[in-house]
Amino acid sequence: MSVTLGEAVTGAARGEKRTAWLSWLNPAYLIAGLLLLVLPALVGDFVLFSIFAWSLCLGMVALSLMFLAGYGGMVSLAQLTIAGIAGYMVAIFGTNGTGTGLGWPWWTVLPAAIAVAVAFATLIGALAVRTAGIYTIMITMAIAAAFFYFARQNYPIFNGYNGFNLVLPPKLFGVDWRQPLPFYYLTLAFATLSYAAVLYVSRSTFGLALQGIRDNARRMEAIGFNVVAHRIAANAFAGLIAAVAGIFLVWFNGGISPGSVGFGPAIDILVIAIIGGIRHPIGPFIGALIYALLSTFAMDLVDPIIGRERFKLIIGIGFLVIVLFSPDGILGLWDRLRARMAVSRDCA
Amino acid sequence: MVKIRNRLLLLAATSLALALPATAQDKGTLKIGGLATLEGVFAVPGQDGMRGIEAALKEANYTAGGYKLEFIKASSDASPDKALQAARKLVEQDKVAILVGPLSGSEGLAMKDYAKTQPGTTFINGTSAAQDTTLRDPAPNFYRFWTEGAQWMAGLGEYIAKDKGWKRVATIGEDYSFMHTQFFGFALPYCNAGGKIVQRFWVPLGTKDYASIISALPSNVDAIWLGLGGGDAVNFLNQYQQAGGTTPLIGASITVDQSIITSKGRARDALKGTASAGPQADTWDNANWNKWVKLYQASFPADQRFPTPGLFATGYYISTKAMIDGLNGVKGDLTDNHKALRAWLSAAKIDSPVGPITLDENRQAIAVNFVTEVAEGPDGNLVNKVVKVTEPVNQTLGMDRAKFLALGPVGRENPKCE
Repeated sequence: MSVTLGEAVTGAARGEKRTAWLSWLNPAYLIAGLLLLVLPALVGDFVLFSIFAWSLCLGMVALSLMFLAGYGGMVSLAQLTIAGIAGYMVAIFGTNGTGTGLGWPWWTVLPAAIAVAVAFATLIGALAVRTAGIYTIMITMAIAAAFFYFARQNYPIFNGYNGFNLVLPPKLFGVDWRQPLPFYYLTLAFATLSYAAVLYVSRSTFGLALQGIRDNARRMEAIGFNVVAHRIAANAFAGLIAAVAGIFLVWFNGGISPGSVGFGPAIDILVIAIIGGIRHPIGPFIGALIYALLSTFAMDLVDPIIGRERFKLIIGIGFLVIVLFSPDGILGLWDRLRARMAVSRDCA
Repeated sequence: MVKIRNRLLLLAATSLALALPATAQDKGTLKIGGLATLEGVFAVPGQDGMRGIEAALKEANYTAGGYKLEFIKASSDASPDKALQAARKLVEQDKVAILVGPLSGSEGLAMKDYAKTQPGTTFINGTSAAQDTTLRDPAPNFYRFWTEGAQWMAGLGEYIAKDKGWKRVATIGEDYSFMHTQFFGFALPYCNAGGKIVQRFWVPLGTKDYASIISALPSNVDAIWLGLGGGDAVNFLNQYQQAGGTTPLIGASITVDQSIITSKGRARDALKGTASAGPQADTWDNANWNKWVKLYQASFPADQRFPTPGLFATGYYISTKAMIDGLNGVKGDLTDNHKALRAWLSAAKIDSPVGPITLDENRQAIAVNFVTEVAEGPDGNLVNKVVKVTEPVNQTLGMDRAKFLALGPVGRENPKCE
């Protein structure tokens, strides 16, 4: 695990190599992009909205975790909390079903919600960077739990257990953005944007320094990098992605309540990132798709076998199987498959 | 996945078509969704609710209005977002025509708002009993054939203050819309009758450790009003017994439900003699009620049900029965966004197991209420014994609607009772 300056340079070279690898992969990108674009013609409204749009929203939250964990070595359980804060702010600054919203126009609500959430993310970062490894998980978990209980019991601002209903996107350009088709393309656009942003940042000087810090913080400090500032900035950047995802999630659900930012859903985000794989930004989206499919259709799957009441069993078993066969998620499975194929090709 | 499911459905449909005479299925299949809490703190009540739906469907032989009924279950964990997610799947993916549910208060508030976005589907509430689901800003396609939390307390406040003579009580309640509604229904008449709420504790739904609350309970009170349901109630009662609590308890409706008084251990001892009120009473000697109890007992083996139906089973049964009667009443006419069915439901006068039920202009049930006391039945099971049956009580508890609305939405501090 020793990283020297020379190796950091090799890292940069590896970045170039990765770009080359990407251009090799280009057809895959093209096919995936094309598929996602024509998807509405292939599937029904429900699958488009409740599976794919939802996966994209969850995938973005998990992407922010993947960025922190994969490139920064910081596993944060508070990413859903940041998304939740953005969602709550949209409900509070804008309009909601209880009539307690401040009723600001959307072009003030959205930046304000994102600003509050990013500020909160930066604060969490400032707190959490003083810890490492399991302690980071603990402290972010504590923050997530504290926010959940606070929102659940605070009626004046957060409307307690009920939360807010009827939080809907603005009807811009004569389009109802809550309809499956427009909402899908909207989330697809922003998910692609966040995906590209994470890829870009991961290869920027900042991203490479962050990966250097992940591998050996002491050495990076010794050669003059401000480790704390890098980590806090990483938290702020991840917070931005989570905040945008949070706004889509509140629109998707048509509301928000403490249940959406609870402990279970926060763990679910970690599960999504892990089963997808945290070594590449595509992982969280794959994980989110599997999660959405399982949690929606598990009940129908188990119906004839063990009864609908026990559908959680199949969800648990599904995740177990993935982790059992590939500890580094679906991405790891893919890599191993490719390696095996290459080996057999070489042999031939 | 979808393919497998379709194939199974096809298989089921063919085998049914072979097994049954063709007369009942002139119109084909109609999908009915059922939503209850099969996870979390209300999992046991949720199962009882599902039994209510299934009992009604079995009774009707899965046919109504010329349709063969296909029943699709969905589950939530009593949180609004889980309920919405499940409802979206039922309505938008499975394309159910009518959805029966949800079970819990805050879910109902979310469901009402969702119903407004789905005008083509008819929503019939299960047992969700928050006040504002129908009182303020109701949805035109959302029906509640079961009374709500405040109505369930009717008669109890006066009974405690006058007949029992308990003038000072402390209250412990789960901090969400349904319990706020129950508290309101108890405290408003209680305080009007001269009672005083000395102290009120609100705990989060799903609280497991009540030690701090039990030790903070004031000693100079006549009784404790206990507004906990499901696993929360069992946890509290066990800990209250272990702490040697002797102050008498007054139960919210779901605190003395079958799902709790049939639990094993010390919880049941703590509940003996507890006064409560609710939309049903286990020992009510009435032909319709006895018929329902028999149907419930005949529909499920003894180890897969409670000795007698809990209020969740009864609520879901009545709601599903109303739907079936409605479909039969309009001969399965579901054209024009269920126009005929909705008119039928709005005007319905249902002869239910708990007496006649009618709907008000917000499609909220009006029905009699029962003041009860927990007592030991002949076979050693605890039952809710009838003390008093009230007149039919409406959602404004007999008050003028405008005056009632002026009291404000239910909450921790409503009524003030000072």
